[in-house]
Amino acid sequence: MYRSHVLVCGGTGCSSSGSGAILEAFKKEIQAHGLEHEVAVVQTGCHGLCALGPIVVVYPESTFYSQVTLGDVPEIVSEHLLKGRIVDRLVYKEEEEDNSVKSFNDTDFAKKQHRVALRNCGVINPESIDEYIGTRGYEALGKVLTEMTPEQVIDIVLASGLRGRGGAGFPTGKKWQLARVLVQDGGPKYVCCNADEGDPGAFMDRSVLEGDPHVVLEAMTIAGYAIGANQGYIYVRAEYPIAVERLNIAIGQAREYGLLGKDIFGTGFDFDIELRLGAGAFVCGEETALMTSIEGKRGEPRPRPPFPAVSGLFQRPTILNNVETWANIPQIILNGPEWFAAMGTEKSKGTKVFALGGKIANTGLVEIPMGTTLREIVEDIGGGVPNGKKFKAAQTGGPSGGCIPAEHFDVQVDYEHLAELGSIVGSGGMIVMDEDNCMVDIAKFFLEFTVDESCGKCTPCRIGTKRMYEILDKITKGKGTLEDLDRLEALAKYIKDNALCGLGQTAPNPILSTLKFFRKEYEAHVVEKRCPAGVCKSLLQYRIDPDKCKGCTACARKCPVSCISGTVKQPHVIDQSKCIKCGTCMETCKFGAISKG
Amino acid sequence: MKSLEELKAIRERMQNQLGVRDKDEKQTRIVVGMATCGIAAGARPVLNKFAELVQEKGLKDVMVTQTGCIGICRYEPIVEVFESGKPKTTYVHMTADKAEEVFNRHIIGGNVVKDYVIPATIEVGK
Repeated sequence: MYRSHVLVCGGTGCSSSGSGAILEAFKKEIQAHGLEHEVAVVQTGCHGLCALGPIVVVYPESTFYSQVTLGDVPEIVSEHLLKGRIVDRLVYKEEEEDNSVKSFNDTDFAKKQHRVALRNCGVINPESIDEYIGTRGYEALGKVLTEMTPEQVIDIVLASGLRGRGGAGFPTGKKWQLARVLVQDGGPKYVCCNADEGDPGAFMDRSVLEGDPHVVLEAMTIAGYAIGANQGYIYVRAEYPIAVERLNIAIGQAREYGLLGKDIFGTGFDFDIELRLGAGAFVCGEETALMTSIEGKRGEPRPRPPFPAVSGLFQRPTILNNVETWANIPQIILNGPEWFAAMGTEKSKGTKVFALGGKIANTGLVEIPMGTTLREIVEDIGGGVPNGKKFKAAQTGGPSGGCIPAEHFDVQVDYEHLAELGSIVGSGGMIVMDEDNCMVDIAKFFLEFTVDESCGKCTPCRIGTKRMYEILDKITKGKGTLEDLDRLEALAKYIKDNALCGLGQTAPNPILSTLKFFRKEYEAHVVEKRCPAGVCKSLLQYRIDPDKCKGCTACARKCPVSCISGTVKQPHVIDQSKCIKCGTCMETCKFGAISKG
Repeated sequence: MKSLEELKAIRERMQNQLGVRDKDEKQTRIVVGMATCGIAAGARPVLNKFAELVQEKGLKDVMVTQTGCIGICRYEPIVEVFESGKPKTTYVHMTADKAEEVFNRHIIGGNVVKDYVIPATIEVGK
């Protein structure tokens, strides 16, 4: 019996800021005080506030300590755990002057969130099957296997309105139904989990796998029963070592408890799951390429139809769902489809996890009901754009998505509304941009990624994305023409219509959406040879205002290429032919005499 | 091989343990003074006894926590019971055995154990 639990975040974010050592220090320090039989130290998954890691939560008070260092550990143990005095200075505060000590659940960051897929992340020890069972884990599987027919399971998933969280938003129940009904020859069928999260900046699936791996195993087993499959595969990137390790532990524990394997709960139903590690190719997140890779072949997509529900893995009926989709299933079974359908909007039910990044105060992971406005996510939960800068746009859906500009700040975030604006919910990456971000440069960044990751099987994607990238590069170097903009748009539309797989078809989205909302910025690059955000170096010039320059020589001394000349107490001058536009002089100047444009 | 019953048994056992991490507002808080004065007077076994009993009985509405010095050190170990809508009760000179009695009669039974409650007037200078 433990009177208090110390939860140390073991997600990738906090691990990289040293939470592993913090965990060990707590164990040692607690032992040194003889409290090891009273206070439990537990490693958990992600709490979501990755920017403030390492994170430590102490229950029962639910005290949320952020940015904990090794030196803080003895103080927390001797003050909080031994004497019951919360260490105020380490408690997470929303504002500098905020002196109130709040429990994590009362912060703005946590208040507007609604955790369904992430409900166990940061609460349970992901390496303990017992803790998962203690939060009603495997209860849904028991109910499904002993009380329900496969058809009833599918009906519940259909009625919940759950749609694929990997990006496309296809109704999950429909997918299962097709896989059950279309082929009924008694041969094998397969259940796959797409954990090949490849969008830059996205880490929703990783956090679920790291924080609550059993939920994926349970959900896949439920789906196996529903469609008549006995084998599942989880395709996870090798770049997620913590997730892979915890999945392996979870699979081992589930087999030991007989929750995977033969004759589960004595019902005669067999199901087992194996891991397949991806080598990091972006295209392997596309469903047909993913299955080809599981088969041991080079990961390349193939045309659909036939759809995986008819002919997928090993040419057999297969369902493939994303990690976050799976994480919703057991709770839909336990709480009923009505419970799930009551969250979200008319056509987009439930919640969605977003990985907030870019120019935002609270970098991290948030789960919100579908239909929450972009403004609420960025300002209320995300804490707004830092340094007093203005919100310019949010990029959703990664390289397959688009930008939502400030004039649509109040858009409801769901499948339909984002599609109307030419973006997508996607897997859940959300990158916030402020006035210092150049939209042409952003489009170029994503295209560079797509060019690198194009598998090369089809011409529109292999050559088309390269040509689009070249045009963008030309524009950012000040060599673009207005005709280039028209050619870019025409090419983008062609690729959208003709690429083989979803990745190629969506690759032009970053260009199309920035052209739609920020055409003026493109035109400024082309016509005025100017980058309004001051990002594109070829179009930049740093100038010293002779009236403001005091001749202090600070900039000249800092300039790495010695292109600033002038005598003491006389205005200095920048030699534009030598300048590499690093901006050091502007940062150095104390008199605001240097401007860029 | 686990049966449904075995699963249920694990669930119930773990739910009581994980109750410590429950995020809902608790109706009742048992607060044990755990400053140096409290610890020296033997507050630790009192705190642990309460924590153990609450988890054993699986009381979801009760939170056991600690606090610093309450200021009347000669009455330590001190336990305060906060119940929503009721005045707080302060128990003094507690022991693990008294804690069990308070738990059974007050927390479960709903009757304040008057014998252990702090005297109405604290006599100063004695």
